[in-house]
Amino acid sequence: MRLTYPDSIRIIRLPCTGKIDVIHMMEAFRKGADGVYVAGCLEGECHYLAGNLRAKKKVEYTRKLLDEIGIEGERIEMYGIAASDGPRFAEVAKEMHEKIMDLGPSPVKRVVRKGVPS
Amino acid sequence: MIVGERKPFDEIVGFVRDCKKILIAGCNECVTVCCAGGKKEVGILSSALKMAFSKEGKDLEVKEVTLERQCDPEYVQQLSEYYDQYDAIVSMACGVGVQELAMSYQDKLVFPALNTNFMGASQGQGVWEERCQGCGACVLGRTGGLCPIARCAKSLLNGPCGGSMNGKCEISKDVDCVWQLIIDRLTGLNQLQMLEDIFPVKDWSCAGHGGPRKVVREDLKS
Ligand code: SF4
Ligand code: SF4
Repeated sequence: MRLTYPDSIRIIRLPCTGKIDVIHMMEAFRKGADGVYVAGCLEGECHYLAGNLRAKKKVEYTRKLLDEIGIEGERIEMYGIAASDGPRFAEVAKEMHEKIMDLGPSPVKRVVRKGVPS
Repeated sequence: MIVGERKPFDEIVGFVRDCKKILIAGCNECVTVCCAGGKKEVGILSSALKMAFSKEGKDLEVKEVTLERQCDPEYVQQLSEYYDQYDAIVSMACGVGVQELAMSYQDKLVFPALNTNFMGASQGQGVWEERCQGCGACVLGRTGGLCPIARCAKSLLNGPCGGSMNGKCEISKDVDCVWQLIIDRLTGLNQLQMLEDIFPVKDWSCAGHGGPRKVVREDLKS
């Protein structure tokens, strides 16, 4: 298919989105990510039945927490993409990239650049 | 278990605003089980606080530690070797743990990260309900094992009030009337006559109304 997606995106692979935890998303932001999105299987198609639904709830929890801290909750998103749907994967990547470009850099990032986080 | 939940983030930030180094102490017991103050939540709070500080252009150094229990001196003492390197301790235990830290480390500010809610039980994932108020003179033997002190909005002892409707308490349609539950259960057990004994006036002196309580076991005391 030779599809392209923005090179601003770094992929972290998980066996199932059910593996993701709030701390993983929080730490991504703390270490300087401007946005995070979780790309899970379509709802109803999880091989482990509810992994993607759990991930969705964790994304929502993290969003609320980010809002509490004063970091725009829109910076985090959950998408359901069929494993075989390359075009949709590229489309979502572009969509998220554009959304984050509009929001600008994360408020924690300035300090991160100075090399604070460990 | 003792059930608690994290305080609003702003309140916690307010406690440590002027700190540069803090120690966040979780507890491995009740608050771990109710997902409020265990190792995982310590990590999340630590990450969140560091981010909040970064946003303001400030650094925050955090030491994360989760004690086996914060309500036992032998575990609380484990902080003694390094607590003095930090400006404050944020405890993610219930109110008991916070106080044990405060009493043990007189020269250190100790702040609570949780609101301690009640003694309760898990009702499925992510749901906890109040079950006991620690009244010091348990009446469950006379009420079919269900507590009218903690679970009746009025703590009635001799049957329901007039507001009990379709099994629900008058305070909310989401709250069971415990007196309905008691009657249903005793009916099922063929023991409804138990309720014919009128409860005498309850002694509330052992429920905390007589001041802070204490249990001493001479056989165990060292
Ligand atoms: S009667 Fe008292 S001790 Fe017994 S469950 Fe109720 S509140 Fe707790
Ligand atoms: S409706 Fe039932 S639970 Fe509610 S206050 Fe009355 S007796 Fe107590």
